[in-house]
Order: sequence, then structure tokens, then C-alpha cells
Amino acid sequence: MGKVSSALSRAKAVFGALNGPNTYGNSRAFWVAFAVALVGVFLYPLVTGSYRAGQSAQFLLYGFLALSLCFIWGYCGVLSFGQVAFFGLAGYTFGVVTLNFGASSTLPAIGASVVVATVVALALGYFMFYGGVRDVYVTIITLAFTLVLFTFMAQTAGSEWTIGEAALGGFNGMPGIPNITVGETSLTGESFYYLVAGLLLVTYLGLRVLVNSRYGRIMVAVREDEDRAEMLGYNTNLVKLVVFTFGGTLAGVGGALFASWGNYVDPSVFELSFAALPVVWVSVGGRESLVGAIAATFAIERLSQYLAATGSEWALVIIGALLLFVILFMPSGVVPKLDDGARFALSWVKKKRGAASEREVSHVDGD
Amino acid sequence: MEMIEAPAATTVFELVNLLLQFLDSFGFLVLAAVGLVVIFGMMGIINLAHGEFILVGAYSATLVAVSGVPFPVAVIVGTLITAVFGILLERSVLKRFYDRPLDSMVATWAISLMMIQGTRIFFGNTIVQADTPFGAIEYGQYSYSGYQVFLSLVSLGVLAGIYLLFTRTDFGLKARATIQDVDTAKAMGINTERIYVLTFGFGSGLAGLTGALYAPTLSMSPGVGQNFLVEAFVAVVVGGSSVVMGTSLAGILLGSISAFFSNVYSTFWGRIALLVAAIIAIRLMPNGITGVIENFRERRDAGMSLREALRIPAVTFFLGGGKGE
Repeated sequence: MGKVSSALSRAKAVFGALNGPNTYGNSRAFWVAFAVALVGVFLYPLVTGSYRAGQSAQFLLYGFLALSLCFIWGYCGVLSFGQVAFFGLAGYTFGVVTLNFGASSTLPAIGASVVVATVVALALGYFMFYGGVRDVYVTIITLAFTLVLFTFMAQTAGSEWTIGEAALGGFNGMPGIPNITVGETSLTGESFYYLVAGLLLVTYLGLRVLVNSRYGRIMVAVREDEDRAEMLGYNTNLVKLVVFTFGGTLAGVGGALFASWGNYVDPSVFELSFAALPVVWVSVGGRESLVGAIAATFAIERLSQYLAATGSEWALVIIGALLLFVILFMPSGVVPKLDDGARFALSWVKKKRGAASEREVSHVDGD
Repeated sequence: MEMIEAPAATTVFELVNLLLQFLDSFGFLVLAAVGLVVIFGMMGIINLAHGEFILVGAYSATLVAVSGVPFPVAVIVGTLITAVFGILLERSVLKRFYDRPLDSMVATWAISLMMIQGTRIFFGNTIVQADTPFGAIEYGQYSYSGYQVFLSLVSLGVLAGIYLLFTRTDFGLKARATIQDVDTAKAMGINTERIYVLTFGFGSGLAGLTGALYAPTLSMSPGVGQNFLVEAFVAVVVGGSSVVMGTSLAGILLGSISAFFSNVYSTFWGRIALLVAAIIAIRLMPNGITGVIENFRERRDAGMSLREALRIPAVTFFLGGGKGE
């Protein structure tokens, strides 16, 4: 009996750590919807088949890119246009390692890619935050960094740009990158899909715990008023550096998965049009909402894929217009708007039912 | 016979070559960045559609020039069309983003996306190019495009023009007042709304001018503006928000580095050197050259000696602890 209740209370504590003032969706209703969505994600390959599921894994791995930006921008106020730089560098690292050491090296290659992305983020972050670079300048510098990487990678066509067996390949990129292989199984199609989905779920829940923790509150303090946080004794440069570096790590995970997903990486990952995508996903979803960032990534990428598949040349114009509409009329993003809407609806229901059944409603509203 | 040519003359030619290359990259850096810097420095908006403003200038100038109008007139038309375009965009969309600088980046990126694709829909993947004016300058076994050299002189003229506009005219005074303190400027009876419109139109016009001027030298595709972005953003990072001082000094610094490495090694290394220089510059000067100048002024105002005030934070480069502002 005692064991059960202690396990129960531990489960309660873990669940409690997931919820807090820094995340949207703390109510029971949210978690029920989340579980339903999760079942949907799980069943998806059974409905569409393995091949389509493998294709859709792209949206899931973009989720890492979205989460990385949401984490540093939404929770620490640092807008980086350079998340794709870490993403792309990790992709290239994954390619270089696996093309040299074969498919059996894919798991260590993921580690190496993530390390490279993390170290580069750490170095760039150190230069910026300890150099006193702030606000909009961080954005310009990360953007310039990405664009310069693009120029660099685009010009590596010559044979001197070969690392071991792997040619960087300039504009043509690096083809022939192997799939992630565990033991003897090469992960493609649905097995790759489940891998990415599982990793994304763990990352999402982990980030929820993190942003609702004490450290998360410090991050938000830095976002809200950097000078005040500093006056209160926090080392704001260090906080920003740690957060930025961890953002690089997350983007790096996505990059390694991306290279093995398409068996290919090329300089277009450093292009402005790609660099802007994470910013688009996160601002549409709501920059202070982790779940919004992921949902917006799926929705926007699915929509643009659909529009591209129709062959209409207006696809990009429609995406642009949609984005402009959201940013004009829902400046904080779609999820906060939905949250407002849900709150409004609940309070309206509450009023309707009267004070008698208040307890029931507050149940749904969450704590 | 040519083999015996005096080595001294060759050296002179090589130096001339280096100088022209410097002028070329200086001109390109300044012209690529200037429209972006005016809009960023004066209004705090990072215009990710900067490349597409250049596109508007390039396309309109090219279309006008190809229809038979003299090229200089086409350049003026291109500049004006882009300025009007910028003003329309400012009135319809961007004025809603003045207190939301980060959102404005997303909005301008959306605009850029629509414009590139829109251009592709209406004009196809390419249009006929205008002819390059002037011939080549020849010296020794080298030659250099006369037009590129002319463009670097134009860039000097543009910088001088901006300086005069912002320091010597009534508009410039009001614009600087508005940038410094909007509320006080309003209280003093300045129509700040109009200042914003005009400044934005001016910045757009400059981007259009750049596009129009470089139109004959680039292949005309909807992505033509993207050619300018790396240089433009690197120049902004290094120069900071001051339009004239920051941009011209960044142009000199980066232009000479890029010219030297392009000349001695290759264009590729020229661009890589540009990147490395930019990264080092960030560490030394977090707020760009503008920040260094402001810092120097503050130190002088605080009564420091010239030598003390000139001390560049070389120590902080290694030890950290440098603080902007």
C-alpha cells in the first residue's frame, strides 16, 4: 500500500513539474487532448503506410529546430536567425562522419554532430553575450553568420574540400549519407518516424520541466528585464550563453536527423529562406508556447508541401500572405489566442452554470 | 620583349589593380548596405525585404533602359519607383511594427517571400539585361571594368549626400530629433509620422538606386537582391547604426581586407576573410564602429586624455567583461 501511494505521489510530482506558469496548457483538458494527439501521431504510420510516415518525419525533425528557437527566443528573449546554422553544421558533420566510417557509425555520428553544433553555438554565444551584444544585434549577427556559412559551403565544390572520403560538394551538397542504423537495422520509413517522434516527445516534456523549473524562472526574468535580473544578482550573460548553447544542441539533434532523413545535405540549409522558417513557425505558433511552435511547424510545412504539390506558382505567395496576416493580427501567435479563447469560453460557461457547479469547472480549467 | 618589361612597372600595375579592387569592394559594400542602414539606424527596423527593394530598383531600371530610355534616366526612374513602393509598403503594413522590431523582421521576410515569387510569376525566371555603360580601363596586362570604378565613386557621392541631408537640412534635423526622442519631437511640433514615411521612402530609394546601378552587371532573376545580403548585413554588423560614419568606415575596413585577400589568394578567400574580420569585429566592437565612436566621445566628454580615450578594449578581447552601452 505504502509503495503504491509513494509511487503515486512521485508520479504526481513528475506531472507537477511539467506544469507551471511558463507553459501553455496546464489543465487536465490540455493533457487529455495531448494524449489524444499522441495516439494520433502513433497511429499515423498505420494509416498512411511506412513510406509516407518516413516522409512526414521531416516535419517532426523540424520540430527540434522550432523548439530550439522557441526555447531561446520565447523564454530568454534572444531572437536568433542562426538556428539553421547549427542545424546545418550538424547535418554536414553527420555526413562527413558517416561517409567516412560507414553506416555502422551513425549513432556516434549523431553524437559528433550534436557536439559540433553545441560547441559552435557556445563559441558564437560567448563572442556575442560576453562581448555585450544585445537585442536586435544578436539577431543581425546570427543572420550574418548563417549567410556567410552559406557563401562558404556554396564554394566548396573543389576537390580540396574533401574531408577523408567525404566531399563537401559546394552547391551540389553531400549525397549518399546513410540512414541511421541501430545494430543491423537501418531506420527508414516508419521506424525512423517513430524514432524522431519519440525523441521529440522526450525533448518537449523535458523542456516543459526545464522552463517551469527554477532555472526557467531565471530565464524568463532575463527575458522580461535583463538589467533587473542582473541587479538581483543573476549572471545574465551566463544564463543567455547557457540557453543559447543548449538551443544549438537541440538544433544539432534536428540537423543530424535531417541529414539521415534525406540522405543528403546541401548549402540551402544556410539560406535566408530556410533561416527564416524557424522564426516563422515560432512566431505563428506563439513564441512562448512550446506546443504551439511544434504545431505551427507541422501545420505550415504540411500546408506548403500541399501547395507545392498542387504545382501552383502562387504557393509561396499564399504562405507569405498567411504569415503576414498572423503577425499583423495575432502578434503573440495563434496558441496564446486559442488559450485566451478557451479561457473566455470557460468563464462564460462558468457564469452560465452559476456558482453552484463552480468546483467542477475549475477542475477543467486546471490548477 | 614583354618578358623584359621593367619589374617596377609591373608592381605599379599590381598596386593599381589592388587599389581598383579595393574601390570596387568598398563601393559594393557601401551601396549594398546603405538602404538597410538608413532604415535600421533611423527606425530600428531590420528590413529582411532589403534584397527585394534592390530587386524593384534593378527590374524597373532594366525594363526602362531596355525600352530605349538612356541609362542614367532609367536609374533615376528605378530609384523613384522603389522609393514610392517603400512608402506604400510603410503606410500599409510596416507602420504597425514600429514598437515591435522583432515582429517586423518576420513581416518583412513574408513580404520578401511574396515579392520574389510574385516577380517570378509576372516576369518569368529572367529578363533581358541592360548594357553595361563605359568600357574597360586598361593598364599593363590588366584591365578593370570602368563602370565598377564609377560605382565606387557613386558610393562616395551617396555617403556625402546622406551626410548633407541629415546634418544640413531641415528634414535631417527633424529626422534626427525624431530618432533621438519621439515624444519630445512631437511636443516640439514635428510631424513624426511624416518623418518616418519620408525616411523609409529615402532608405527604400537608396536600395532601389543600388539595384538600378548594379542592374547591368548582374543577371536579372527574381533572386537578384540576394546577391547583396551577405555584404549588407556584414557591413551593418561591423558599422553599427550610424549611417555615414559606421557604413563608410566599415566599407573601408572590410573593403580593404576583402580586396587584399581576393587579390593575393582568390575571391573565395576574400569572402572568408570578410567573415573572419566580421567575427573579430563583433568581439571587439559589440555595437559596431558606431559604438566605438560613441564610446570615444563619451570618454572625451568625461574629461579623459586623448590617449586614454583611444584605448581600444584589446584587453577585454581576451579576458572578457566588455560591456556594450
